[in-house]
Amino acid sequence: MASVVDLESVSKIYGMFVALRKVSLNLEQGRCYVLLGENGAGKSTLLRVIAGLLRPTYGSIRVFGTEKPEDARERIGYMSHAPMLYDELSGSENLRYFASLYRERACMDPEAALSAVGLDATLTRPVGQYSQGMRQRTSLARVLLAQPELLLLDEPFSNMDAASAKQMLDLLVRLRSERKTILLTTHQRELAEPVADCLITLHAGSVASLTETTVRATR
Amino acid sequence: MKPPYFLIHLAKDLRIEWRSRDAVNSMLFFALLVVVIFSLAFDPTRAVSRQISGPILCVAILFAAVSALNQAWARELRHQVLDAQRMSPAPGAALFVGKVLANFLFVGAVELLLAPLFAIFYNLHVLGNVWLLLLAVPLGTWAIIVNGTFFAALSIRSRNRELLLPLILFPIFMPALLGMVLAISAILTGDSDPALWIKLLLGYDVIFTTISMLLFEIVLHAE
Repeated sequence: MASVVDLESVSKIYGMFVALRKVSLNLEQGRCYVLLGENGAGKSTLLRVIAGLLRPTYGSIRVFGTEKPEDARERIGYMSHAPMLYDELSGSENLRYFASLYRERACMDPEAALSAVGLDATLTRPVGQYSQGMRQRTSLARVLLAQPELLLLDEPFSNMDAASAKQMLDLLVRLRSERKTILLTTHQRELAEPVADCLITLHAGSVASLTETTVRATR
Repeated sequence: MKPPYFLIHLAKDLRIEWRSRDAVNSMLFFALLVVVIFSLAFDPTRAVSRQISGPILCVAILFAAVSALNQAWARELRHQVLDAQRMSPAPGAALFVGKVLANFLFVGAVELLLAPLFAIFYNLHVLGNVWLLLLAVPLGTWAIIVNGTFFAALSIRSRNRELLLPLILFPIFMPALLGMVLAISAILTGDSDPALWIKLLLGYDVIFTTISMLLFEIVLHAE
């Protein structure tokens, strides 16, 4: 399978604090990777390094064959644990704004992206008045807009009720079947396990284990 | 035809400000306080008024603008919206220009509301070419806004950013402040020709707008 992300001995150091310690990983196209680990293990930092939002202190990284992840940004969808949306705008206004920034890519219709995550596209309330779970789903809709080939999702299940989490899982299964590569972090291992092709555990910035799984969810 | 990126950012900022009115309200309140307090403190004659109005107007605009500029990137920082913008293919310079234009319009709106009050409180009768004010004030305002927006972006990752912005901005803005004060005073009193000061403001604006646009991409993607 084609390699999407290649990390070789990547370290990220903040002053005296080592957030990532010689991480080497290879992510292949069309697979779902679940990143596990306690708080401060380096999960979010790893996602931000792959997204090109942080530069590694040491080591090399290749995303879609380029050594500059910033050159591949259009092909990457990054969802942080923060919603990355304007509180004062409604969900569809936020999405229309972000879609207009991706003019060279064939973007999804904002309404279709909202429907895909199970949100009512006609909601006119500002995002600031949404529940945490709704914000999370709007944030995922923002990621889906530009139809990225690599999805980096930081804690996508947090603040979600059981039904929303199930809907999110179904969506992830669908995205994987469309040959998208997914790397997600979570503390809810039991939720993500059914869609995971590979479980990666980080401990104190290093890869502690890497387990291939037999995916139970329908492809 | 798709609108240019900076217009997309500008439209978004205008829409958000229209809904919240955060920047305009805080600036208007602050500028009004400065104008009223100075008029009560000095009780100037008509001639003295013309001498001190320029500096007071500039001080009111400067401090009011700084209060808004400190919050210029707050919405982008909240919920990490700036990261979503960094991930997008839109150029950083367009984000900067959109933000500068939005801030310029907000400060311009405050100036328009302030102008009649200023004339009343200071009993102003302009002796020079009044239309030149339409050049001097916007050029001076642009100088504050373009530098203020740039340095506000530079200091967003700093813990003491609200203190840092005036500390960096004021020394760099000093030549433009001097030009703005002298141009406005020259127009109000009619004693001298403001052309030199207006040219200085124009040159300052061109230089600092170009430098800020060129450097903004680095500031935006700095860790």
